[in-house]
Amino acid sequence: MRKLTALLAGVLFGIGLLLAGMANPTKVLGFLDLAGAWDPSLALVMIGAIAVAAGPLAWAKRRAQSLLGAPMQLPAKRELDPRLIGGSLVFGIGWGIAGICPGPALAILLSGHWQVSVFVLAMLAGMLLFTALERRRSH
Amino acid sequence: MSIDGVAIDWLNFTPWSSLAGGALIGLAASLFVLFNGRIAGISGLLGSVLEGGEGRAEKGLFLLGLLLAPLLWGLFSVLPTIEFQSGWLGLLVAGLLVGVGTRYGSGCTSGHGVCGVSRLSPRSLVATFTFMAAGFVTVFVLRHLLGG
Repeated sequence: MRKLTALLAGVLFGIGLLLAGMANPTKVLGFLDLAGAWDPSLALVMIGAIAVAAGPLAWAKRRAQSLLGAPMQLPAKRELDPRLIGGSLVFGIGWGIAGICPGPALAILLSGHWQVSVFVLAMLAGMLLFTALERRRSH
Repeated sequence: MSIDGVAIDWLNFTPWSSLAGGALIGLAASLFVLFNGRIAGISGLLGSVLEGGEGRAEKGLFLLGLLLAPLLWGLFSVLPTIEFQSGWLGLLVAGLLVGVGTRYGSGCTSGHGVCGVSRLSPRSLVATFTFMAAGFVTVFVLRHLLGG
């Protein structure tokens, strides 16, 4: 059952990204371009998503288990370390270059545009590089 | 460039479809936490699946759903416009930075920007502010200082 809800949630997430305009890099860059002709649409994506998710996430915070009996796994870390800020900075620069972040990248991977394949391969390489560096650090 | 404040691009502004799409994203994140007890953060799920972490099947199925979305959409309607602004080198550099950055920063637009901000997590509020600011500055530099 949890496998089914995971698949369903993924499909809905992808449909939402496509409908919202998040899957169009040109639109994302139009939002990030404050000094040009600014397209504020993506602010509404965040407002819509947060308005719906805030209640369920607050409920989840008070529970030890999900409705299907899975352990509730919410991030517990609280400190603001340099990795959080440095990583987010690097991510934001990459996002500003191409207008693509991880969710939309996957949601348009099978849409038939070669550009997204290049982006996703490089993104996976970046993630694997992180894992390799982390493993080396812990040895 | 507009000197006296921000010029809104009314032609491309899509308030209703963006709000509705956002609500669907919020619904998906809600389902995932209510039933699976997990945060719908795409970079975290992807990184965890790559590393062979716990809950691979559920995480992999969420990501599979995301991959299938355009195919399902295509059964009922024409896909919305998807237009790229970068060449292969830009895409390569951007992808690398997004991959490394989201893993070091423990999240992206979905995990921090939607789920974390919804929970008012201080880490996610700081991360979201940071990557949005970096995105705004990067586009400003590339479009208005270097490009033109």
